[in-house]
Amino acid sequence: MKLAEALSLVIPLLRDEVVVHANGFISRESFNIQDRLGNFYMIGSMGLASSIALGVALNRPDRRVVVFDGDGNVLMNLGSLAMIAATRPKNLVHFVFDNEVYGSTGNQRTVSGQVPLEEIARASGYRRAQRVESETALRDAAQEFLAQSGPSFLLIKIEPDYEERKIARITHEPPEIASRFMQALGK
Amino acid sequence: MVSGPDFLRFLLDAGFDFFTGVPCSLAKSLIATLEERGGYVPETREDAAVGLAAGAYLAGKQPTVIMQNSGLGVCVNALASLSLMYNFPCLLLITWRGYQGKDAPEHLVMGDISPTLLSTLKIPHQILNVDTVKESIDWASETLKQTSKPVALLLPPGVMK
Repeated sequence: MKLAEALSLVIPLLRDEVVVHANGFISRESFNIQDRLGNFYMIGSMGLASSIALGVALNRPDRRVVVFDGDGNVLMNLGSLAMIAATRPKNLVHFVFDNEVYGSTGNQRTVSGQVPLEEIARASGYRRAQRVESETALRDAAQEFLAQSGPSFLLIKIEPDYEERKIARITHEPPEIASRFMQALGK
Repeated sequence: MVSGPDFLRFLLDAGFDFFTGVPCSLAKSLIATLEERGGYVPETREDAAVGLAAGAYLAGKQPTVIMQNSGLGVCVNALASLSLMYNFPCLLLITWRGYQGKDAPEHLVMGDISPTLLSTLKIPHQILNVDTVKESIDWASETLKQTSKPVALLLPPGVMK
């Protein structure tokens, strides 16, 4: 399963969730599959998607907040797993698309092949942490995770994209991404 | 000197309603007051605190991030490619270790360049003075509302009790 295939399985399951996207191909693939008002595309500041999502989740307990994260992003900000586990927001669902490489810089290896990230989340104290490796398992788990109390962590093992692909960049200006997201959150 | 409870009252009166950060001894009375009050989120790194504050802003809050100036170095990229790029306002309350070159060696380089670093980032900032803390906090609140960008207050030794 490639990133676009995994995202194409998860995105149709979304209802009124807001989704904070990690930078790189995760933002770009999701934007190209289905641009949503409630999608926050983090363009720079690698590592911080889960921190941003936690800031939203703690202050809007009435809304479910989803993170589309990557293995490189999680490894860059492992402290965020401790923060999410310690603050225990019921409304936070953490999806991690783990291809074991830094995809947008040319597929250099991360260490997520040696280090099971879902075990770190579990040990930190996420309410639920699970690994899926097939499309069927992903569909079932994603449905459950989106329906149940968090914080939950779903590690989705995917294959890197080795062929050259043209994936359009986000066309919204950053302040517009923010104001759209705030509009989706409402008051 | 200004007490932690007075400092917090000035912040609350100016509209700040979400608090996170990484501690410094120069701000310990404010952090103690926040912890007693509840709702302070102790972060693991200063850049993660800037990310958390960005999320709080998206959720309708006016955030404050407390850090030592060593943490200003840690969060330069978060400020440049998140807060300043998306127009996410927050108050950076930055304690000033290495002030006037008098401190432990690890604080001297960052102490020397802290205001310059903020100027380079084009982040409006003031240096807190014991007699004008409330005025500076009000200025910070008005400035970040006008600009929708981060604003910094540098806290030297001898200002907060």
